[in-house]
Amino acid sequence: MKWEALLFVVAFGYLALLFVIAAWADRRAETGRSVIGSPLVYTLSIAVYCTAWTFYGSVGRAANYGPAFLTIYLGPTLAMLLGWLLIRRMVRIARAQRITSIADFISTRYGKSNGLGALVTLVAVIGIMPYIALQLKAITFSHAVLTAYPAEAQPNLFEAGILSDKSFWVALVLAVFIILFGTRHLDASERHEGMVAAIAFESVVKLLAFLAVGLFATFALFDGPGELLTRAAALPELRDRFGLDSVPGGAGGWVGSLLLAGLAFITLPRQFQVLVIENVDDRHIRRASWLFPLYLLAINLFVIPVALAGLLLGEAARDPDAYVLTIGLASGPAWLPLLAFLGGLSAATGMMIVETIALSTMISNHLVMPLLLRLRWLHLEGYRELSGLILGIRRVAIVLILLLGYLYHVLIGESYSLVTIGLVSFAAAAQFAPALLLGLYWRGAARRGAAAGLIGGTLVWAYTLLLPGFAQSGWLDAGLVTQGPWDIGWLRPYALFGLEGWDIYSHALFWSLLVNVGLLVGVSLFCHQSRLEQTQAALFTGHLHPDLMPTSLWQGETPRGELRALLGRYLGAAATARLLPPAADDDDALAATQEQISAAEQALAGALGGSSARVLINSVVRGEALDLEAVLSILDTTSQALEYNRRLEQKSRELARIGAELRKANEQLRELDRLKDEFVAMVSHELRTPLTSIRAFAEILRDSPDIDVSQRTHFLEIIVRESERLSRLIEEILDLARLESGRMPLNPEHLDLAQMARQSAEAVGHLCHERGVELEVQLPDESAPVVADPDRLQQVIINLLDNASKFAARPQGRTRLLLESHKGHWRLSVEDNGKGIAEAEWERVFEKFHQVEQTGDDKASRPRGTGLGLPISRGIIANLGGRLWIEKGKRLGGARFVIELPQAPSQAEKDPDAQWLPAS
Amino acid sequence: MTRVLVVDDEPNIVLSLEFLMQQAGFDVTTAGDGESALAQVQLQPPDLVLLDISLPGLSGFEVLERLRAQPDFARLPIIMLTAHGREVEREKGLALGADDYVTKPFSTQQLLEQVKRLLGEGN
Repeated sequence: MKWEALLFVVAFGYLALLFVIAAWADRRAETGRSVIGSPLVYTLSIAVYCTAWTFYGSVGRAANYGPAFLTIYLGPTLAMLLGWLLIRRMVRIARAQRITSIADFISTRYGKSNGLGALVTLVAVIGIMPYIALQLKAITFSHAVLTAYPAEAQPNLFEAGILSDKSFWVALVLAVFIILFGTRHLDASERHEGMVAAIAFESVVKLLAFLAVGLFATFALFDGPGELLTRAAALPELRDRFGLDSVPGGAGGWVGSLLLAGLAFITLPRQFQVLVIENVDDRHIRRASWLFPLYLLAINLFVIPVALAGLLLGEAARDPDAYVLTIGLASGPAWLPLLAFLGGLSAATGMMIVETIALSTMISNHLVMPLLLRLRWLHLEGYRELSGLILGIRRVAIVLILLLGYLYHVLIGESYSLVTIGLVSFAAAAQFAPALLLGLYWRGAARRGAAAGLIGGTLVWAYTLLLPGFAQSGWLDAGLVTQGPWDIGWLRPYALFGLEGWDIYSHALFWSLLVNVGLLVGVSLFCHQSRLEQTQAALFTGHLHPDLMPTSLWQGETPRGELRALLGRYLGAAATARLLPPAADDDDALAATQEQISAAEQALAGALGGSSARVLINSVVRGEALDLEAVLSILDTTSQALEYNRRLEQKSRELARIGAELRKANEQLRELDRLKDEFVAMVSHELRTPLTSIRAFAEILRDSPDIDVSQRTHFLEIIVRESERLSRLIEEILDLARLESGRMPLNPEHLDLAQMARQSAEAVGHLCHERGVELEVQLPDESAPVVADPDRLQQVIINLLDNASKFAARPQGRTRLLLESHKGHWRLSVEDNGKGIAEAEWERVFEKFHQVEQTGDDKASRPRGTGLGLPISRGIIANLGGRLWIEKGKRLGGARFVIELPQAPSQAEKDPDAQWLPAS
Repeated sequence: MTRVLVVDDEPNIVLSLEFLMQQAGFDVTTAGDGESALAQVQLQPPDLVLLDISLPGLSGFEVLERLRAQPDFARLPIIMLTAHGREVEREKGLALGADDYVTKPFSTQQLLEQVKRLLGEGN
């Protein structure tokens, strides 16, 4: 009996601690220093998924079926890893629409339908009841195990009367506790921060407790996992149990269980509450997508070791569902079973707290309030303050839910294992999935379709899972399960239409979802959506961005006073003053703005759910909500204007771009024009100069018949020379024009550059001799094959040699012609010993008409060039695929011009038929 | 004896103008660039200058400007010679104070007449 008092103190002490944590978190939230604003707390609050079922039932299931229990955790793991974007989307929609529960979410999606919200609530209450019963059972069961040990636990105390049944009192105490921190006040904008903090704390407690038991079983009781496995392998009946095929229903069972758990993870009312409604920051979801699977991994790490340890202990460990407790009791320290009890208690209370709060909100918002609003004789509009009433409804709902759970526990609970009860609830919650998920992606999903699917799916669920449960408990004829109703075999609940060989949950899930989705899709295709429904469908499926919504959809008007009275009635005076602060004393008589009506509706939706809020607003604002067509036409006008603006902007950007391009092209043309003018001016200048001499001397000779012979000869020579210069100039200008237009005719052929250089040197030999310039020729003995136009190439070489002899030093001018091989090219260089050319001028000498400045006495004695030789030479060499540049002569110290041409294969190697053309 | 200064960087043109002016009975001095032209003017002040525009170093325009800046040569007759036929250059030369403007190639007869007219020797 020592456990009796101890457990009492521990349990109440723990609940008191939870309350303190919740109150502390609430106070922090009120002062703006929230403690739940982290991904870690968010993750821990989601871990409310792990209930007493996880804590005790996983080990039980592992002991009976091996690793099958894992599917219940792999489902949510996959849902979190793969579906976090979906969850984030639901969170954003829920925030924008002030959603209060999953019933509210579905109801709001389908046109704020009251009926659908009520239906979801009903299914949730019926479906979740077994789950709450499961938690109560777990608490009383664990209590019984601890107090009765080493004797068999005798948990069913109902025969002794309700008042002496401990689980009844547990339910009542919890009801009081939940009322205390779940329904402290009613406010539209508030989340249950205290509750979330307490739940997160509970998740830490249950994890630590389970890890402690697991570590004890693995390392204290046995010598680590190795020994545990070796000893377990020795038992033949255990070997078979731990294969993958031991999952009930085989592969189908795996898939069914994964799907079931994955869907329930989102659609169970308490999961929707913590995942979506209580989320404070949608960025947390991404982190939680891997943190939560980690939590699941940690809490499942020791499930198999504990199960094996319990099996190895045999009789001492009793019922597999109790291994977590009995392992400590059998051979551990006294605190270990107590810690395990605390872990189980935290897992159970966590679930019950969140589930009850979620369900009570749904009941008050979707079942009771709509009913009260409809009962005219209540004259609700005559009350100044109704928020107390709503809180009262919720409190009663909490007590009722827990009592219903208790009732279920008492009537049915004994016939099912923990796991079975849990999965029955999962399958019920999964019925919300089609309406929820299809509603997010398929705009055509309609209210009637959703309702039909939900009703149909739930009926199938009841027939395939709930009814057999009643039958097994003796409430119905057991023959219903084994023979089928009226002995019709294909109506057997566990083998509907002859579908056999699956486990009962996969079987039930398959048929219920098939009916559910089938009805949802089928009915939706054939029914007309109301206007509000179309708007909501567009918002939920993302066809209509919430930011684009007009601030209010209400067409009617109402005085602000009336709106304030309405808000005051349901949310209290303080919230009303905050939401609709009076602008002036006689403000109440003015018509409420669309923004104010919209704010009021949102605030009411946050407290009472979307459908009730709409009914209430409609009662004061006479005039229907805008339909989708009206909304779309408003949007259309706006978006057309936006589109028009966008196009205009695009056009003007294009015009600006075209303008800039035109300006640039114009500038280029101008530049070309200027260059052309300059060229023409230069050409005319260059042509006029020799022409001037020719004409002047010709006229002199004409007008002076008595001029002496030697002078006459001199003048005639000048005329001839200047004429030659003129022809050369014209020739060069034509060359240049051809080069620049790319029409210079080139006849490339294989030739020997060494020979060509030699010939050129011979050609200028006479000239050099005349000028007194020595020409040194240094050529290789062997041939230097290139492909080039011989005439043009010779023109270039002679031009360079001519220049060199022109600019060589006076007296003792020296020039040098050198041919050498360099990296697959021939380099022919012409160097002189003149003053050289400054590096800054190296490129300029290749410009047209550029004349190297000649100064002093050099000038008279040196013949003038045309200023076109070098640009033409460079053009020719470039056209032959080579380069021409100038550098400082290292040997003679003057300028050095280098021609570089690619080496061709020697004549001998050449294929005589090959047409060999140079790069141009 | 009337002295004419011929300034051009093209030796053959200098030679022809020199012969032409000597034949007409003038004393002729010559220069091949702007700087030696300015030096020549100081050394043997001419009565008239035939001045080419495109000279190496100081251009004909610059020589003209510098001469006109000196009081002694403010009224010295100067004929610009140019191989550029552009109107802008003619206007620029006249604006800078040139007395006449002759485009190359020129008629020797006309040039002589212009020279004589500026020297007040014509009819």
